Amino acid sequence: MIVASSEGGTEIEEISANKPDSIVRASIDPAVGLVEFQAREIAFKLGIEPTLTQHMVRTLMGCFNAFRDLDATMVEINPLVITTDKQVMALDAKMTFDDNALFRHPKISELRDKSQEDPRESNAADRGLSYVGLDGNIGCIVNGAGLAMATMDTIKLSGGEPANFLDIGGGATPERVAKAFRLVRSDQKVEAILVNIFAGINRCDWVAEGVVQALKDDPIDIPVIVRLSGTNVEEGQRILAGSGLPIIRAATLKEAADRAVSAWKADQPTITKLKAIS
Amino acid sequence: MSIFIDEKTKVIVQGITGRMARFHTKEMIEYGTNVVAGVTPGKSGEIVEGVPVFDTVKDAVDATGAEASLVFVPPPFAADSIMEAADAGIKYCVSITDGIPAQDMMRVKRYMKRYRQENRMVLTGPNCAGTISPGKSFLGIMPPHIYKKGSVGIVGRSGTLGYEAASQLASLDIGVSTSVGIGGDPINGSSFRDILELFENDPETSIIALIGEIGGPQEAEAAEYIRDHMTKPVVAYVAGLTAPKGRTMGHAGAIISAFGESASEKVEILSAAGVTVAEHPSVIGETIANLM
Repeated sequence: MIVASSEGGTEIEEISANKPDSIVRASIDPAVGLVEFQAREIAFKLGIEPTLTQHMVRTLMGCFNAFRDLDATMVEINPLVITTDKQVMALDAKMTFDDNALFRHPKISELRDKSQEDPRESNAADRGLSYVGLDGNIGCIVNGAGLAMATMDTIKLSGGEPANFLDIGGGATPERVAKAFRLVRSDQKVEAILVNIFAGINRCDWVAEGVVQALKDDPIDIPVIVRLSGTNVEEGQRILAGSGLPIIRAATLKEAADRAVSAWKADQPTITKLKAIS
Repeated sequence: MSIFIDEKTKVIVQGITGRMARFHTKEMIEYGTNVVAGVTPGKSGEIVEGVPVFDTVKDAVDATGAEASLVFVPPPFAADSIMEAADAGIKYCVSITDGIPAQDMMRVKRYMKRYRQENRMVLTGPNCAGTISPGKSFLGIMPPHIYKKGSVGIVGRSGTLGYEAASQLASLDIGVSTSVGIGGDPINGSSFRDILELFENDPETSIIALIGEIGGPQEAEAAEYIRDHMTKPVVAYVAGLTAPKGRTMGHAGAIISAFGESASEKVEILSAAGVTVAEHPSVIGETIANLM
C-alpha cells in the first residue's frame, strides 16, 4: 500500500484526520510489485507538474524497491520536495524493518543502535525473551504473548499495576527462566513477581527449576507467586514445594493475580519502612 | 464431525527429524493422531517414532495418501515448505513456526491462489499452537489432555490463552469440538472469519469462543461476519487492555498502530455485533457456560 499526500511536512496521521481528501492511496500486488501506471497516477493526483512526472515515478519505484528488497515494513519520505531547479528530493526519510527477516540482511542488523533502546528490552532480546517495560510494580513472567497480555490485564483488574510484559517463549530451559527472573528483578520498581505458565511446548518442571535456581542464587524479600499448568505440572509443583522457598502457589490465573496483588499490598508497609531507613 | 481433522485424517510432519518435531510427533501419535509420514529433504529412508521419512512432500503423499501436514521447519525455510505442501495436494496445513518474514508469507498467500478453490490447501498459522479435535486427533504442540470432548469451538490468535480457555471449560465439565490457533503473525493463513464460517456449518459445534488480542483488523472483520451471517452464539475475549500503543507485544501482529486496534475498541466493535464479551480472562469459561 502506498499512501501519499501533497500536504507534506506534518504527520500523515494528522493529515488523514484533518484533510482526508488530500490523501492518495494505491494498493500494490505483492507478486507484481508497484506498476509504473500506479506511480504515474499518484504523481498526477498529487498535482505534480507534468514535466516532473518521470522523476516522481522513479522516486516512487525506488521507494518500493527499497521496501521490497530490504524486507521493510514501512518506508516514509516526509517531506518530499521539488526544488526551484526542478529536482525531486527527499529531505527526510524513515524506514522500519521486519525483525523476522533480519537474518538475511546483516548490514541492516549492524545499524541497530542499542543506546537508543530501553536497556531492559535489548537485554531481554539478547536472551531470547520478549520484554516490554511498563510503569507498574508487579513483575510478570509468562509463556505466550496472549497469556502474557491476559496476565497483565488480570493484574490490573485485581487492583494492581503490571511492571512489564514478558514472554519467555517456547521450550524455555531452566537457564532462560532464571535469566527472565533476573531481568524482571533488575527493574527497581518491581515489588512482587508473578510467574504464570500454561505449558504446551514448555515444561513446568524446567520453569520450576529456573525459578528455584534464580531464588537460591540471589534470595529476595519480595513476594513471588507461581501458577503452573499443563505439561509436567506435577513435577513442577513438586520442585517448588520441595525447594523450601517461600513461594506462593496458585492454581488459576485469577487466583495468581489476586494473590500477587494482595501479597504486594501486604508487603507495602515493610517496603516503605525499608525505603525510609535507607 | 469436527472441523479440519479427525482420527482418520492422515497426517505428515514436515521437518520431522528436528528435536522439537520428534517430541511432538511422539505426543501426537500417543494421543491417536494418524501420523503416516515425515518429510526432511535428504533424510528419506530414516524412521522417526515408527514413521517413515521422505525427501519431498510429493513422495510422502504418493506413498501414504496423506491429506494434512504439520510444518515444524525453521523460519528461513518455512514458507518454502508450506508452498511445497500446497503443491503436493495437501488439503490442510498447520504451521507452528514462529518468525517467518512477512514478505515470505505474502508470497505463500499469493502462491496458494494459483489453485482452484476446491483444490486449494487451507493453512492455519503460522506462529500458532495448532489444531485439536479432542478425543480424535491433534496437529500441534498443545497439551492435549486439558481438552475435553464437547461442542464448544475455540478459535484464537494466542496458543497459551487458548489452553487457558480450554482448561476453564474442562473444570466446568464443558468440552470442545475443535480448537484452532490462527497464530500471532500479522499475515496468517486463515482469519477468524474463515474459521467462524466452518464452525457455523459444523453440526458438532454449538457455541464459539473467539480469543483475540490487540493489533490488526481481524476481530473487526469477524464482528461483521457474526452480525450478518452467524446463528450460533459467540463469546469473545480480547487480550491487551493494559498494552501500550505502538509497541509489539511478543506476537509480531500484536501492535496497536491504527484506529480500532486496541483491546477496548475491539471489545466495543464485537459487543455491537452481538457478541458476548468476557471482560476478564478468568471468566471465559463461565461466560460460555452461562450461554449453554
